[in-house]
Amino acid sequence: MTINMGPQHPSTHGVLRVALELDGETIVACKPIIGYLHTGMEKQAEYKTYTQSIPQTDRMDYISPMSNNLAFCLAAEKILGVEPPARVQAIRVLLAELTRISSHAVWMGTHAIDIGALTVFWYTFREREKVLSIYDHVAGARMTSSYFRVGGLSRDIPEGFLDRCEKFVDEMPAHIDEYESLLTKNPIWIARTQGVALLSAKDAVAWGVTGPSLRGSGVNYDIRKAEPYSGYDTYQFDVPVGRDGDAYSRYVVRCAEMRESVKIAKQAIQRIRELGEFGPYRVRDFKYVLPPKEEVKTSMEALIHHFKIVAHGFFPPVGEAYSAVEAPKGELGFYMVSDGSPRPWRMKVRSPSFINLQALPLMVQGRMIADVIAAIGSIDIVLGEVDR
Amino acid sequence: MAALMQNEVFQVALWAMVKVGIILGVMLGVVSYLIYAERKICGHIQARTGPNRVGPLGLLQPIADVGKLLFKEEFTPAGANKIIFHIAPILAVFPAIVTFSVIPMGPPPMFVVTDINVGLLLFLAMSSLGVYGITLGGWSSNNKYALLGGLRSSAQMISYELAMGLSTIPVLLRSGTLSLSGIVDSQGGAYQIGGTTLPLPNWGIFHWYLVLPFFIFLICSFAETNRAPFDLPEAEGELVAGFHTEYSSMKWALFFLGEYMNMIVICSIIVTLFLGGWHGPGPAILGIVWYLLKLFALLFFFIWVRWTYPRLRYDQLMGFGWKVLLPASIANVVIAAVWLYWRANA
Repeated sequence: MTINMGPQHPSTHGVLRVALELDGETIVACKPIIGYLHTGMEKQAEYKTYTQSIPQTDRMDYISPMSNNLAFCLAAEKILGVEPPARVQAIRVLLAELTRISSHAVWMGTHAIDIGALTVFWYTFREREKVLSIYDHVAGARMTSSYFRVGGLSRDIPEGFLDRCEKFVDEMPAHIDEYESLLTKNPIWIARTQGVALLSAKDAVAWGVTGPSLRGSGVNYDIRKAEPYSGYDTYQFDVPVGRDGDAYSRYVVRCAEMRESVKIAKQAIQRIRELGEFGPYRVRDFKYVLPPKEEVKTSMEALIHHFKIVAHGFFPPVGEAYSAVEAPKGELGFYMVSDGSPRPWRMKVRSPSFINLQALPLMVQGRMIADVIAAIGSIDIVLGEVDR
Repeated sequence: MAALMQNEVFQVALWAMVKVGIILGVMLGVVSYLIYAERKICGHIQARTGPNRVGPLGLLQPIADVGKLLFKEEFTPAGANKIIFHIAPILAVFPAIVTFSVIPMGPPPMFVVTDINVGLLLFLAMSSLGVYGITLGGWSSNNKYALLGGLRSSAQMISYELAMGLSTIPVLLRSGTLSLSGIVDSQGGAYQIGGTTLPLPNWGIFHWYLVLPFFIFLICSFAETNRAPFDLPEAEGELVAGFHTEYSSMKWALFFLGEYMNMIVICSIIVTLFLGGWHGPGPAILGIVWYLLKLFALLFFFIWVRWTYPRLRYDQLMGFGWKVLLPASIANVVIAAVWLYWRANA
């Protein structure tokens, strides 16, 4: 029997279609079919200036907009050869880690709901909502934040923002305990996830799986440690690594990652305080980055730069760059080729969801329908990012 | 007319009709407010408030829900077996209502519709019939998800009905009757052991050889009512909506009604077999109050479990039924029989 799971299905996390060949309830063949959410973002980027592409990145992995903004800005900054000030980097790290917490919270809630534990969802979304309010506070939008800019931030952090983040990260460990009390030792949860959706370390590496899904298979690879960016090498944190490569290991890894993110966020808050709660939030390189508004009002030079950048964007040097960040779902990389014009000649996104999803048939071969759901949940995909 | 009123058979029939009417009316009301209670309790479990817009505290929500369902389109998928597709929802509700006729809700003959002497057998027969509604509904919809849901439910029924039936046998051994009123009667009074009276009611659950059957019966009843963690025929995460994927409007509502009625029935049976039925302190007329209290406590437990636990996988559920529950209940039957025989002859 052939069954089309999706594109309209409660547990495929969007418009994923999985064509399943079944023998009874056992899976003979599994084929993920994608493209239902394809919007051609990579092609569109060729017709937009670099700054105009930032809002597009929000809409890829819409659960973790800040990480996408960060990955895009880092790649563009690599072409330009600019590096934002340490304070800006600390703000970016803080927001990227809050994003990781919120993304993992969404993952945990939806994964649990797929497996039938309906209540966890409401608890995790409660905390995710707090992160969204923090986005709203800092960027003015709850989900499509578009807060980072090439060379800095769109504006400085508002008053009371750090206190708010601090309150959130102080409360978060207790909430993670709360989620874990519902699942970690629950015999049914263990029965449903342990030994399910197995992916060996060798296969995971061969298929290019990254992020918590890779670390769940026991491979210690985290871009924050392997190729640090935004000053991650100066933060104290551990990289949790799983053992068995099953859905439960991935669950354990992600729970531990949330706790690590809390640690990093605390250090980042402290660092921002040390470097000044308010201050310059953009590189002073007016060929590429907008000058501060006050200067625009008083300096002729600044006004010209402002006009040039707003009117047709900045002109980067000819070259190409690939830059990747450890997004909540894995290695999110942007590859850009610049021909010297204000628009990238080509942009390619290496999206973790798309590549992790390719390992799905391997995980579910010979298993049951219920395991497909557990497997899709455990690799944590967002279809906006799969299809782009 | 007067002569007819004097006729004993007629009187019994008339009384039965009145009771049937009352029970049907009350059951429908209870079910709709059970759904309200479930939504309210689940809301509080999930850190939210539940329905609170329609009427004070959302109390008119069930009426709004039923009204909405009545006006929905009745949809029959192309290629469905129309006759069976229409009969299946009826089959899901009917056994639950029939079973209710033998449940003693208070001291007989006032609070039981028909006090037949094989009430327990009737319950077992009807609970086996209940699965037909689901299986046929799933099969006749011409939908693969629904078919899988229907198949799962019949597999689940086979795995659990046996353990469930066997777990009632120690109760029968103790009471020596198949009549549900008789079983309740045998649990009256105070708990006596070897001539000394303990400050415990004489309920089944307090006899050591009925503790295991109580838990087995409880677990099986989750499977029997298709409630989480055994809601595999529905399994909305996997099978979209399982057997009732293609059902809409009042036909869907009938399945829903059947599920909740089954819940009430099975909780009543647990109360009757293990929790002393309507027995409790105070005069016998308070029996109905005690019965309802115990029933609602159990229903709350069912709701609580549903919103707390994940769902088992289909093969795990069957393995659990065949490899754990069935041997345990057989062993318990043997032990209880030996113990009761030894005690009777010692």
